[in-house]
Amino acid sequence: MAKIGVFICHCGENIASKVDCTKLAAAIGEHPGVAVSVEYKYFCSEPGQESVKKAIRDNNLTGVIIAACSPRMHEATFRKVCAEAGLNPYLCEIANIREQCSWVHTDKDMATEKAMDITRSMIEKVKRNNKLQPIEVPVTRRALVIGGGVAGIQAALDIANAGQEVVLVEREPSLGGHMSQLSETFPTLDCSQCILTPRMVEVAQHPKIRLLTYAEVEHVDGFIGNFKVKIRMKSRYVNRDVCTGCGDCMVKCPVKKISSEFDCGLGKRTAIYTPFAQSVPNIPVIDKASCIYFKNGKCKTCMKSCQINAINFDMQDEFIDLEIGAIVVATGFQIQNTAGYGEYGYGKYPDVITGLQFERLATASGPTSGKILRPSDGKEPETVVFIQCAGSRDPSKGVRYCSKICCMYTAKHAMLYAHKVHHGKSHVFYMDIRAAGKGYDEFTRRTIEEDDASYVRGRVSKVWLENGKLMVRGVDTLLGRPVTIPADMVVLATAMVPQPNAIEFAKTIGIAYDEYGYYNEAHLKLRPVESSSAGIFLAGACQSPKDIPDSIAQASASASKVLALFSKETLEREPVVASTNEATCAGCWGCVLACPYNAIEQKDILDRSGRIIKSVASVNPGLCQGCGTCVTFCRSNSIDLAGFTEKQIFAEMMAL
Amino acid sequence: MSETFEPKIIAFVCTYCTYAGADLAGTSRLKYAPNVRLIRLPCTGRISPMFILKALQKGADGILISGCHPGDCHFTHGNYHARRRWMVFRSLLDFMGISTERVKFSWISAAEGGKFADLINNVTEDIRKLGPFDQYKELIRETEAPATL
Repeated sequence: MAKIGVFICHCGENIASKVDCTKLAAAIGEHPGVAVSVEYKYFCSEPGQESVKKAIRDNNLTGVIIAACSPRMHEATFRKVCAEAGLNPYLCEIANIREQCSWVHTDKDMATEKAMDITRSMIEKVKRNNKLQPIEVPVTRRALVIGGGVAGIQAALDIANAGQEVVLVEREPSLGGHMSQLSETFPTLDCSQCILTPRMVEVAQHPKIRLLTYAEVEHVDGFIGNFKVKIRMKSRYVNRDVCTGCGDCMVKCPVKKISSEFDCGLGKRTAIYTPFAQSVPNIPVIDKASCIYFKNGKCKTCMKSCQINAINFDMQDEFIDLEIGAIVVATGFQIQNTAGYGEYGYGKYPDVITGLQFERLATASGPTSGKILRPSDGKEPETVVFIQCAGSRDPSKGVRYCSKICCMYTAKHAMLYAHKVHHGKSHVFYMDIRAAGKGYDEFTRRTIEEDDASYVRGRVSKVWLENGKLMVRGVDTLLGRPVTIPADMVVLATAMVPQPNAIEFAKTIGIAYDEYGYYNEAHLKLRPVESSSAGIFLAGACQSPKDIPDSIAQASASASKVLALFSKETLEREPVVASTNEATCAGCWGCVLACPYNAIEQKDILDRSGRIIKSVASVNPGLCQGCGTCVTFCRSNSIDLAGFTEKQIFAEMMAL
Repeated sequence: MSETFEPKIIAFVCTYCTYAGADLAGTSRLKYAPNVRLIRLPCTGRISPMFILKALQKGADGILISGCHPGDCHFTHGNYHARRRWMVFRSLLDFMGISTERVKFSWISAAEGGKFADLINNVTEDIRKLGPFDQYKELIRETEAPATL
């Protein structure tokens, strides 16, 4: 005989103001099988929890209903309470009368009636709940970090320094990401390379880190603690085990005029190349599309110049299978294609450049050795106009969000320009200055006050060429009049957008993304570094536009989440898994087709002499994630899902 | 006589998207019609056509099925199963003479609290226009079938 305890929470006034709890408790007390039906102001409070425990013990309850907030809020709390009172925690269910009743309805009678229905329905369900035990699954203590930018580097180092194994996968030939392209970093103006390259080297030399560059994640299977990952090692055509990085091949390569991706088209590279001088690892790759040998079968100059025979033109892509316990996604961002902004003349006038190109001009290791020179004629620009929000906060043509870093890097560019070209004059068109961060507002003020950048609040409508000058027509909204500035160079603060294949990649690894392709966190405020999938964490600009300090903070947070997961040998999982009834299973294998996790296997039932009587489906509880698709698929009702059995759901429905 | 018909609607929702979306509607204090009762399931893939038939038989005037958007399923493709099953099932419903208007199918993500509230209001209005679902009851009366209500 069922003895159900129903505990109706007022949640202060949150529930009690719209649901007549006294009436509810009285009505529920009449329901068959209900032994206790009480109300209280806050059941989640310490005395509230104690009263639930006492009621369970005193009445020998066989099931508990907490009619309160969403199960997503306090299911875990009250299951723990039950366990402490000696009741199996899975005999506790939550009736959601706050989020889905009192908060959304205005009519008290209707809301009370709905609360009664919800509670009755859960009572009928809990009567049919079974005692379940959590499933223990082993944890593979090896992390995969995807992306070798500053966020990925930080996450990998944090995990490895705590003594756990890390595999770091980077799809470019070298570690470094966007940060390695930058000149100096705000707000301290320390040189990006100087602070980043030692960390890149540390990653490469760390005994706990396996670094896989020029590699891509091909496939991810499995679940938290037990991922199976396939990695494609793209063929470099250079043997990474013997190459010493002497660079002879790059000197001899006859194809020298390929536009360098690393220099954003401002510099040139060869067909066999490392992206930049401080590349880690310092092993070149052959760009198959530009190499003469791959085009017409002749050349091999690099092969002849290599004294240790590291070059192999027959190299094929290789695949590596890894067992992984947790994944950190740090795949970064790209800058928006500015071609849509015809009015700014990007692509039409060579001296209209992006902020990232300006970084390459300003950096000492860049194509101009740190001199600010115009791409068109190599002259020093006397006047530079910076245009902020070139793509950001523009719902009509660009993206609606703020790219967050542009106000700061534009201020930095104006400052660097003032330091390098003493007689130069800079103008900055802005919408708002968003410089929230430690030392950030002081930094932008310094650009305006000490480095004499003139800030114009307004948008630019057109840029055109007149007598060798780029004429920038905009509006000064503070003075309320149009302005035209003749400039030698125009720098666009282009928006940050997700990587081109971000959505495709999210589907490969099974995480959620937003309308732009940024990866979604599990909860914007409370779980900002966890993805929608357990065991997969996020770091850096793949989640939203971020500057370097934010990326690093998030990477360290992800690393600590990974380490918490690795702190135990096993992890407990909800026992919501399917199981088969071998007596009735006919072996049609419909469930095998339905299962997204390959959790259903064929099991042979043998007689005493070892002959197969029949083959039936059998669920591997370690792989089953509990979606229940197989249950619905089964023609003979031979599979059921613990926690959501057919009986439970029908009972729930019948009570409504 | 002017008393409006209050339909009884049962919704089968997945816990990861629509149930969370409904919670968001709650935390955002959006207001919507109180006619819908939610049944939480792990995934829309768990929804059997039998649930829908039983609910209609039990006296529901309308059914709502809602889960994650295609491509966003927490279980990678449970919602595709649900969608295909629904495509087959709706022609069966139609064949049986039950208006497919009574069974709604939609996608609501965990971030779409506003959309959830709108959906509930629209579904309630639509079912209200269709009127009470008496077909089963009449059939049972006529045939004196021993089906339990």
